[in-house]
Amino acid sequence: MATARQGMEVIQAGPMASVQDAGRYGVRRFGITQGGAADLHGWAWANWLVGNPFGSAALEITFGGLKLKATAELVVGLAGADLGATVDGEPVAPWSAFRLGVGQVLAFQAPRDGLRAYLAVAGGFVVERVLGSLSCVVREGLGGHDGRGHALAHGDSLFVGPDAGNAGIEPKTVPTDQRPDYANPGSLDFVLGAQAGEFRGLSLFDFFNRDWIVDSRSDRMGIRLQGPGLSCAMPTMISEGLALGAVQVPPDGQPIVLLNDRQTIGGYPRLGTLSPLACSRLAQCLPGSHIRFRPVPLTRAHNQYVRFLQQFR
Amino acid sequence: MNGCPRIENAGVGAWLVRLFDAIEDRNLPWIMALSRRCESAFGAALVDLVPSYTTLLVQYDPVCMQPEQARERLIALLADLEPEDMDTNEPVKELPVWYDPSVGPELPSVASDKHMTVAELIDRHTAPVYRVFALGFAPGFGFMGSVDPKLETARLASPRKRVCPGSVAIAGTQTSAYPTMSPGGWNLIGRTPTVLFDRNREPMSFLQVGDRVRMMPVSREEFIRLGGDPSPQEES
Repeated sequence: MATARQGMEVIQAGPMASVQDAGRYGVRRFGITQGGAADLHGWAWANWLVGNPFGSAALEITFGGLKLKATAELVVGLAGADLGATVDGEPVAPWSAFRLGVGQVLAFQAPRDGLRAYLAVAGGFVVERVLGSLSCVVREGLGGHDGRGHALAHGDSLFVGPDAGNAGIEPKTVPTDQRPDYANPGSLDFVLGAQAGEFRGLSLFDFFNRDWIVDSRSDRMGIRLQGPGLSCAMPTMISEGLALGAVQVPPDGQPIVLLNDRQTIGGYPRLGTLSPLACSRLAQCLPGSHIRFRPVPLTRAHNQYVRFLQQFR
Repeated sequence: MNGCPRIENAGVGAWLVRLFDAIEDRNLPWIMALSRRCESAFGAALVDLVPSYTTLLVQYDPVCMQPEQARERLIALLADLEPEDMDTNEPVKELPVWYDPSVGPELPSVASDKHMTVAELIDRHTAPVYRVFALGFAPGFGFMGSVDPKLETARLASPRKRVCPGSVAIAGTQTSAYPTMSPGGWNLIGRTPTVLFDRNREPMSFLQVGDRVRMMPVSREEFIRLGGDPSPQEES
């Protein structure tokens, strides 16, 4: 912390912007959630742009509306959703690294493609580590820029490491084949789970053959989906540990995909689990988006994810 | 359901080990033993463990292990698993509880539903030594069981928006206390002054999986003396 200095000041807070890393692990047995970047893909590329190691914390900016003033020379990387970012009013390209001079204002407008933008700063944000992670979980009052689980608010300061304005960092851009078309998520990879057989045959058919609409009652805990009601022979189960991407189906038949801030255990039957990269895609879907699911074997989802991680780790 | 233990697909980087089909006191030593053995057998490849009543969710690093490899390791651990020695010398933890309708709005209705007096309800709730089966829902929220069968109660039809920290509650055959202000659908019957979760304390959670716990009825005065806040703060 000794070398940390103020790098940015929040001059306007949007609906939700918070510090996120890869998540908080080893403490779920105490009921503490995993947290971490909801779109691992965009977050990892933002850090890559500025040469930060995998796992570094970045800002997750949801919906836009955030304005930051640089109070030091900074090199920043912007990836994930296109929220119409500007520097002093001039548009800046997402999926690229660029410099911010002292006094320059980086502003996010509204979603143009996707929902969550990731902003990394060279050298990383300097934030108190809480239970092994910097990730902000508002519900639990843990982590984030103040260590107490608050989203960014007007007047907050963000502290950066000594390398934040490092001139040696060459300007990079993310390869174009790594930039998703968020408006067209296509079919999301889904691994069938142990209770799949408890669902009616028609429900299984519908799950993979009908459009699902992202409900506005969605957040970092879970994405609710609207579509044909799914019915399961077992209404509830004994509560058990929930994995990232688990698709639980409450008695109303409308599935909920559990994301990073999900409860640690739960008792609704689950149809299966989205692959981690499919979770990333889903986390970028605006309410009202239409999505579909396709079944994939576990090994395929696993190998795809490992190939993704190996680009960074 | 049949054939426990089973190892179930929980997606990329996770297996769910189902050790039992029903909630029973004897489950816990087995689940804790498997947790401990996973820690040594998976080493650095272990990402997280989530024990619950009948299951253990094992999350591993997919970069370090193939799914089949992780599964085979679990099969090997299960093959010669011995239940953990539960330390019965470990003292029973006490949770002081002020049972009163002002902080436990369902106290009168649960009693009348069960055709008993409030005093009898309190006696039945304080009699057992409970076991903490799982922590979850919120940090430090301990799922304790099992309550006297006569107190078995359905959850509220619609959860409360706000439940005050320390609220002692029952639902189904379980009892618990809310560590922090949160929404909640359990029946509130009293409040404890004990701080159940504090991240600056070691251990953070007052309750740990496997703990034995007894509820101790206290007066309003005693509750306040122990640091409790007697003001009603619930919101439906």
